[in-house]
Amino acid sequence: MSARYFGAAVPRLEDPRLLAGQGRYVDDISLPGMLNAAFMRAQVAHGRIRGIDARQARNMPGVAAIYTMADFAAIAQGPMPPMAPHPLLKTPITYHPLAVDEVCHVGEAIAIVLADTCQQAEDAANAIDLDVEDLPSIADPLAALADDAPKVHSGRNSNLIGALRGGFGNVEAVFAKADHVLAETFSIHRGGCHSMECRGVIAAPDTLSDGLTIYTSSQSPYMVRRHLAQYLKRDESTLRVIAPDVGGGFGPKANVYPEEFAVALAAFTIERPVKWIEDRSEHFVATTQQRDQVWNVEVAFTGEGRMQAVRGRCIHDNGAYAPYGLILPATALASFPGPYALEALDVSIDVVLTNLVPTSPVRGAARPCTAFVLERLADRIARHLDLPREEVRRRSLVATEQMPYTTGMKARDGSPISYDSGDYIKALDLALKKIDAAGFAARKTEAAARGTLLGLGMASCVEDTGLAPFEGATVRVTPAGKVTIATGAASQGQGHRTVLAQIAADALGVDIADISVEAADTGKFPLGISTIASRIAVTAGSSVELAAQKVRNKALKAASFMLEAAEADLEIDNGIVRVVGVPSMQVSLGDIARALSGSAGLLLPGHIEPDLAATAYFESNALTFAYGANACEVEIDPATGDARVTRYVVVHDCGRLINPLVVDGQIRGGVVHGIGNALYERMVYDEAGQPLSTNYGEYLLPLATEMPDIEIHHIETPSPRNPIGVKGAGEGGTIPATACVISAIEDALGTGAPFIAEHPVSPDRITQWLDAMTSADDLKGRGQ
Amino acid sequence: MSDTRRITLRVNGKPHTADVETRVHLADFLRGSLGLTGTHLGCEHGVCGACTIIVDGRAVRSCLMLAVQADGAEIETVESLGAADALSPLQKAFSTHHALQCGFCTPGMLMSLEAFLRANPQPSEADIREAISGNICRCTGYQGIVEAALAAVAAREPTQ
Repeated sequence: MSARYFGAAVPRLEDPRLLAGQGRYVDDISLPGMLNAAFMRAQVAHGRIRGIDARQARNMPGVAAIYTMADFAAIAQGPMPPMAPHPLLKTPITYHPLAVDEVCHVGEAIAIVLADTCQQAEDAANAIDLDVEDLPSIADPLAALADDAPKVHSGRNSNLIGALRGGFGNVEAVFAKADHVLAETFSIHRGGCHSMECRGVIAAPDTLSDGLTIYTSSQSPYMVRRHLAQYLKRDESTLRVIAPDVGGGFGPKANVYPEEFAVALAAFTIERPVKWIEDRSEHFVATTQQRDQVWNVEVAFTGEGRMQAVRGRCIHDNGAYAPYGLILPATALASFPGPYALEALDVSIDVVLTNLVPTSPVRGAARPCTAFVLERLADRIARHLDLPREEVRRRSLVATEQMPYTTGMKARDGSPISYDSGDYIKALDLALKKIDAAGFAARKTEAAARGTLLGLGMASCVEDTGLAPFEGATVRVTPAGKVTIATGAASQGQGHRTVLAQIAADALGVDIADISVEAADTGKFPLGISTIASRIAVTAGSSVELAAQKVRNKALKAASFMLEAAEADLEIDNGIVRVVGVPSMQVSLGDIARALSGSAGLLLPGHIEPDLAATAYFESNALTFAYGANACEVEIDPATGDARVTRYVVVHDCGRLINPLVVDGQIRGGVVHGIGNALYERMVYDEAGQPLSTNYGEYLLPLATEMPDIEIHHIETPSPRNPIGVKGAGEGGTIPATACVISAIEDALGTGAPFIAEHPVSPDRITQWLDAMTSADDLKGRGQ
Repeated sequence: MSDTRRITLRVNGKPHTADVETRVHLADFLRGSLGLTGTHLGCEHGVCGACTIIVDGRAVRSCLMLAVQADGAEIETVESLGAADALSPLQKAFSTHHALQCGFCTPGMLMSLEAFLRANPQPSEADIREAISGNICRCTGYQGIVEAALAAVAAREPTQ
């Protein structure tokens, strides 16, 4: 079998339709008799609902119904099931589909309005008379820990919902004997989702059964089915959930949302299809974000700059509910010790409720936060010891001779985490070589001549990918000789269809143009988990490989019978099975499929089980670790504080590349997300929890004019942990990028620069630092 | 009491006459009344550019224009470019250079560039970046889009 497609930059099968404006996103779907929904949402961060008067709103033009949670009592009641239960969360902290008596953040949905048009629905939602008693609110996670702080939920006596702790080794002993110890505080902010398509959902009652079909812009259609079925006490088979084309996900669309439940409940109640399309202002207040972590850490290191141990505590802003359990803070914890070979670690994370929209993973989850802490510490150590930053890293990174390297941490299933393969130091050295670190001093001098400040940044990362347990696939050859792949793996732009087709095309010896992929439709494939944690290439990719190999073997067995030739003498080329060296003896895969489809009264060839198809669930039972090193240059205009990333180099190892075009696209987009976190994206609230950045004039995203070209170099160390040797690539761009840019900014500011322990960093902040540095110089000058 | 007006306009070469509510914006009209769902809505406050179309030769955000304002206008949407089996050189270049991932911003990107490249046949990379500075893409980091536009320019026959 030749690898004709695997590894090639095959243009995406998804593209032609999307380029021609023929994509089919949720809002492009219109069903007969469909009503449009709008939500009436909380305007206060914390309040008790005293009354809702919708009489006037109900009589407005086009309005079909207005429902609150009480109207659904006959179908369902109570809070939604938790998506990821955690033993620390004794009682789940989940939303009701519509708030019942208390609202805990601005934007929480209270009532759903159904009308002929979405404009009419919005008008009526604005006309509902809501009587809310203001309750004290808290927006700052640090202040929320005080004994006398307002409680985010009036029924809870503490805002602390969990204290996670992880580590290994004898931290006390390492710190006691260390040559040096430094302490720092980091303030990390990661903004929101901002997929260009907002969320959206359509629920359509089935007229022939009592079922419901749901179209949702989701990373987790199977989780929507599972949790909604559980909530409605229905069999899953009565719910069909489809994620059609989805316009970006980036993590927050992995949640199961109250709006999905409310739209389903409304459709069941009114017995008509109901559509809700989130608008951007709702996205700012009702789609999960990531926001803040504050870390107080100490690092112990040797006189040579080898990082030995880290200890510390993080305050994690959870927001008002924990629909996704403690996944986000748990990921922060599990991301230690990053790519560094620490002797000991002791970190804890206090997960704190605030009266803000909940937090959940955004691209990279909390791995970029952990990377920021570790990479900034590496730079801090270098400054303290007056060593090159890369030297501290070389002395501290896990060495390739140590692979597989058991870190001391535990995975979600309790198993020890071990990095499988790779050469972290080589990646760093290559990144520095490619950015021409040796020539940096000369470029800095040139920049100074132009009146700008040039800085060089660097950061390394490791990423756990291929999260258990599985995404399965069925590969089937049809009598027309076409191949279909069905999988539960949902896509939000990653090009899964193309890469899965590449794998199957090679395994089956067929033209990729003959392959189609059906994904993310619970009616087409029985099981699925979720497109999260850079897991689809490993899980679904491996399942497609295993299923396609089974189909291949089955085809060869049938052909052997049909051609009366030994299996060992057969080859498959371009959809034809033939006897090697005897071109006249051949049968097409389509003909084999037809024979295995059965004909009345005829025996199947070779008594082989019908259907030229196979299903596989590759069990991804050990994480596989992608890694990389980044280097960048940032140029600062000291007059305005404007910081531009002018060059960016990525060295990345995600094992074997299925499609370099797609992998590079994932990395570039990921890096730019990280640059946004470093320089632009800040979700701002006032002290009472009122959001202050609710449009794209106030919340800045990276634009074409500010982004550099990103140069990518791959190291391909095949993963030993799956049959196709791949590692995930979805988030490796984002994880080190913020730390890399901040490293460059600090370097650009030069001697006397403050240690930068926060992001995003605005031009304002940079001019503050420059002004402070100038005054310090002046003082020094006067003192001399 | 909805206030409606009759408008007549040409969309992708075809004449249309319709009674529209005065408050309906052009994007909703194109999507809802004409079924041209290739034009996408990403922010509805005029920043993201996903809804960009060409009105009388100029790139316009169709969320910031009322349908009634398009009375008498000549409108081009993404559907006026090549069909899926007959992509235009710019569309093809988008695929070759991986200038799209989720595809949601893509129609707006294409229409911004289409209008820009007609008026500026020999742009620099910086010009192209400026031309799409009103279109947000969360997926690609823009590099593939810029490369695609440059490739489409390079592939064009030199004009006499």
